[in-house]
Amino acid sequence: MHFLKHRAARELAASLIRVVKEIEWTMIAKMLQFIGDPTNTFWQHTIDTLKLSIVPIILALLIGLSLGVLVARRPVAAFISANLTGLMRAVPTLAVLFIMILYFNQIGFLPSVVALTVLGIPPILLNTIAGLRGVDPSAIEAGQGMGMTQQQVLFRVQIPLVLPVIAAGVRTASVQIIATVPIAGLIGGGGYGDYILAGINLLNIPQLLVGAVGIALLALLAEFALAALQRAVTPAGLRATEPAAIAPSARRSPVGSLADV
Amino acid sequence: MATIEFVDVTKEYPNAKTPAVDNVSFTVHEGAICMLLGTSGSGKTTLLRMVNRLIDPTSGEIRIDGVPTTQQDPIALRRSIGYVIQQVGLFPHLSIEDNVRVVPSILGKSAAETRDRVDELLHLVGLEPAEYRKRYPRQLSGGQQQRVGLARALAADPAVLLMDEPFGALDAITRARLQDELLNVQRGVRKTILFVTHDVEEAFKLGDQIVVMSEGKLVQEGSPIELLAQPASDFVRQLVGADNILRQFEYQPVTAALEPATDAAQERIAADERLLPALLRLIQMRNGALAVVRDGETLGQVSLASVFASVQSIHRNASAASGEHNRSADSAPVIR
Repeated sequence: MHFLKHRAARELAASLIRVVKEIEWTMIAKMLQFIGDPTNTFWQHTIDTLKLSIVPIILALLIGLSLGVLVARRPVAAFISANLTGLMRAVPTLAVLFIMILYFNQIGFLPSVVALTVLGIPPILLNTIAGLRGVDPSAIEAGQGMGMTQQQVLFRVQIPLVLPVIAAGVRTASVQIIATVPIAGLIGGGGYGDYILAGINLLNIPQLLVGAVGIALLALLAEFALAALQRAVTPAGLRATEPAAIAPSARRSPVGSLADV
Repeated sequence: MATIEFVDVTKEYPNAKTPAVDNVSFTVHEGAICMLLGTSGSGKTTLLRMVNRLIDPTSGEIRIDGVPTTQQDPIALRRSIGYVIQQVGLFPHLSIEDNVRVVPSILGKSAAETRDRVDELLHLVGLEPAEYRKRYPRQLSGGQQQRVGLARALAADPAVLLMDEPFGALDAITRARLQDELLNVQRGVRKTILFVTHDVEEAFKLGDQIVVMSEGKLVQEGSPIELLAQPASDFVRQLVGADNILRQFEYQPVTAALEPATDAAQERIAADERLLPALLRLIQMRNGALAVVRDGETLGQVSLASVFASVQSIHRNASAASGEHNRSADSAPVIR
């Protein structure tokens, strides 16, 4: 930082910071102004964005989960469904969007939701299959052998073991879906995509940023919330970070070597 | 305690040429450890799993204390029978405490009610409750996990315990320790235990009764000594190592080598002792004899000569029973 000792350099740096701050604050002020302007119907766009996120997430969850449960124990069916959904996912969402317009013969909400759902199915499906396959069959056999009913095996053994893996799939799918929601703006699906597209076309940077930052914040929010949910449904015995219960293991057993088999 | 009777039990699977279990009948008495011994595919595990109705027999029936299992609700039946499997099958998401109290818990008991019982069981299987109660299965070694598996099977105090090669996946040292531990536990709880194994040593070490299975059929059933003394076929002879002179010494009682008492008998040995410790003492004494006593009464004596004679006669009988027999590669040389 030697050059900062020169007065001229210090002044230059200070004025640079001032300019950047100036632009920033004007930009944020302009964005707030845009949001506050009732003609821009920010609230309606937010609701549309949420609808375009939540509906595909729920649909992807329902389809991915039930398909996963159906095929998990059937290797051929699992292979086909995982690759088929993966293939659909490989087609760019933009293309899917236009295919859906042709299929439904309409624009707007419905084709947007379908295109976004297609995006969300693979992570949930794959994690459901992996989660169900990951359950130790001997744990299930032991449960049955001890006299658990089918329901008890499901609720006490399978679900607690599978839930964290499925939650991870939902987290991935949700963030992907939310990040892709603006694409709906292309076909009149509404939401923040409208701001981004209009912002680009009109070179209205504050408008563009309201849409882009809005989506980014929503995706981050979903990421954090679902990460917390994933932690919450992960039983202590499966967590990577050891709970306090491990502390006594450092001690040797007072009963002696017997237990240290 | 409970008696288990197998009556003409048969299990056939569609698409299989021979039955998995073929017309098997025998009885396990109260408080006995019955070893189901056989190679893989001999039907021993199928037989075991029919007791708690994880598999239902095609024909015949299994009675526990006279009541056919088919007359009982399978869920209630399983809850009244302890079950231990080779892969242990602890629930990885539950603490050791919650794993042990699985059966009481599905029977509707709260954690508070079963707390003392869990401590008692962990003590019983040699795990200090204060240290292990709150730990998770993956923090335990294989041997410790199977100890928890045993504690879990005993939690609801079942009269019958089914064990399907419980120590099969453990290393030799851990396996031997857990076998000792099981005998220890059994002295306290006196369960009727059905134990599947393919390990002859294990069968002889733990079993009061051994049921030899082959290709779904019961080949022979009896005490370890009966199997050694009178193997029903060459298959059993080879399996139990009836030609193995060391095993003869290990399992034959001293009374098998009894001869009339003489003045040579300076020391005494209890009548329920085995030949091996008697032999070792006779070798230490260099010569002489041991007076065999039961309840203070002298039955006779054993000497080096009488021990050798008895083993030879057992061996001769065995050879005679099978006609000319080929000594198997692993059998010990015979003293003649």
